[in-house]
Amino acid sequence: MKILVPLKQVADPDNANKIKVTAGKIDTTGLAFKPNPFDEYAVETALRLTENAANTKARLGEVVVVAFGTKDVDVMLRGALATGADRAIRVDATDDALDGDLVARALKAIVEKEAPDLVLLGKQQVEGDSNQVGQLLAEYLGWPQATFAGSIKSEADKALVVSREVDGGTLNLKVTLPAVVSVDLRIVNPHGVKSMHTAAAHAYPEGVRFAALMAIMAAKKKPFAEMKITDLVSDASLKVTYGSAELPPARKAGIKVKTVAELVEKLKTEAKVL
Amino acid sequence: MANTLVVAELHDGKVRKATLSSITFARQLGGSFSILVLGAGAAAAASEVTGYGAAKVLVADNTSLKDYVCERFAPTIAAVAADAHAGFDTVVVTASSYGKDLAPRVAAKLNAGYAPDINAVVVDGNRRVYRRAMFAGNAYGNCEVKTAVHVVSVRQTEFPAAEPSGGASAIENVALAPADPAASRVEFVSLEHGKSERPDLGEARVVVSGGRALKEQFAQVLDPLANLLGAAVGASRAACDAGFAPAELQVGQTGRVVAPALYIAIGISGAIQHLAGMKGSKTIVAINKDGDAPIFQVADYGLVADLFTAIPELVSELKRTTA
Ligand SMILES: Cc1cc2nc3c(=O)[nH]c(=O)nc-3n(C[C@H](O)[C@H](O)[C@H](O)COP(=O)(O)OP(=O)(O)OC[C@H]3O[C@@H](n4cnc5c(N)ncnc54)[C@H](O)[C@@H]3O)c2cc1C
Ligand SMILES: Nc1ncnc2c1ncn2[C@@H]1O[C@H](COP(=O)(O)O)[C@@H](O)[C@H]1O
Repeated sequence: MKILVPLKQVADPDNANKIKVTAGKIDTTGLAFKPNPFDEYAVETALRLTENAANTKARLGEVVVVAFGTKDVDVMLRGALATGADRAIRVDATDDALDGDLVARALKAIVEKEAPDLVLLGKQQVEGDSNQVGQLLAEYLGWPQATFAGSIKSEADKALVVSREVDGGTLNLKVTLPAVVSVDLRIVNPHGVKSMHTAAAHAYPEGVRFAALMAIMAAKKKPFAEMKITDLVSDASLKVTYGSAELPPARKAGIKVKTVAELVEKLKTEAKVL
Repeated sequence: MANTLVVAELHDGKVRKATLSSITFARQLGGSFSILVLGAGAAAAASEVTGYGAAKVLVADNTSLKDYVCERFAPTIAAVAADAHAGFDTVVVTASSYGKDLAPRVAAKLNAGYAPDINAVVVDGNRRVYRRAMFAGNAYGNCEVKTAVHVVSVRQTEFPAAEPSGGASAIENVALAPADPAASRVEFVSLEHGKSERPDLGEARVVVSGGRALKEQFAQVLDPLANLLGAAVGASRAACDAGFAPAELQVGQTGRVVAPALYIAIGISGAIQHLAGMKGSKTIVAINKDGDAPIFQVADYGLVADLFTAIPELVSELKRTTA
């Protein structure tokens, strides 16, 4: 199976409360940058689908990672290569010249060239929290989509059973490839991915794998292509643009109560919610 | 003047209450709006939304829409939205897992820009600015859609449910558009629904939410409190991941977004991603044994205590004072 995984680099989500707004614009200076957590999960999913867990060195298929960004995102792509991806593509672009629609249209051009069986991506990137690229791409390609995957089972090389995490439950779909699948948090649980190549009982460690030092060195030799967005689309205009930004209203400081009785009293007489 | 198509969300043959938030959004735009009810059983559900002042209630009722598959639903929505005679300029869905799955695909069909999961709209003549929470709710971005048609999903907690306005909108059947060719490659297998007597998380007046600290006693400790308060039960990601609570209870950036009158966070540390899903609650109570836990920074009332003694005590205190 050949899998394409789009990756976005984001401001460290654990420090998102340090976001500033300077001159009406969101300001992330001083924050570290990391791969979007959902995209790291997508890479891990792609690796699990293309290996026998008993021998993770042999890739049974191909994993290609792609990012839209400046040279700053090269580290992230190299990191994905070091954990096992085969090739990387960087499309040179800055965030303010992109919207989800343009990313999807450009990805479509890459898909047409690369002909993967599966595009596997995060359900949302945690800067914009916009949750749209996978669905847009599926429509532009005329492919089926399975969003918010909490688990994936590959039964045969060309079919997947995807459990989607939906409000109030789980919706199971069977998709015939090629398809677009976006992943949710629980995909990297020990049994989140069941690959036809791996023994059914196998339990992965929770979360994503880390690259060994040797692999980091070796990754430097893996193919790394660069292109421009205009190599992929003739019209790079945006359908949605962002103007000013603001900080949300702060909650006013609360109080600490000493006892359960005091808590109940406050909820009844002060907050009047009981 | 705006002319908006509100896409109703159905569940078990009934219109989900979240749809009323989309109606509120349509009213805020001004102009007129129609409501599209689609799904198997839509004809019966349509009467639920005829009293809200819609120009028309459009119905697409077909057995092929019994189970939700995007590739079967999106074509009809797009076809209705694109009907030149109706002249819709805006399509709105709720930012539920249903709306989030569907809206981008509809937008792509209409060659429309999509404003996802908005929490406010400012209308200034022909100009519309959509405000949305970004960075796990730590910044608000204001965006504009540059295409003639806009597709929008609205956050239920930020748009109050519309009240009926009286009158009776005319009900009209619309044709089912052919499914996407891709529909032949996706098959609905099953929907597993947690059965619960409790109110839906998105609609409850009180939410009792538990974290990793509850361990295997999650239900044992929280259920008596939730029962007493008629509350929905929520959970942190850590509690869900550990299997203490089912995944669909997760509140947060990537779970449900809730804004009840009262949110009680029990043994939850208050990570950014959790706060993103509950910061909008009217009154927040935090019970945590660590006085420095970040949850206390958003709590109106904080109690530093061991939950395993505090919660049973809270239950008996509530019983005593309300008896
Ligand atoms: C991409 C991404 C998305 C995420 N999305 C979400 C999301 O949507 N929702 C979400 O909740 N999280 C989300 N998270 C996870 C989040 O970062 C935290 O890891 C999670 O919220 C922690 O859950 P917790 O507070 O239950 O656990 P912990 O952080 O382990 O906190 C447990 C708390 O319980 C307290 N405690 C322990 N014992 C007791 C006791 N006996 N009595 C009282 N208090 C006690 C401790 O002091 C501590 O504060 C996401 C993370 C990532 C990376
Ligand atoms: N600039 C980008 N570069 C690469 N992938 C992206 C980019 N923006 C979005 N994506 C992909 O699309 C997914 C969904 O993002 P979004 O729809 O923007 O929330 C992300 O998890 C990424 O996999």
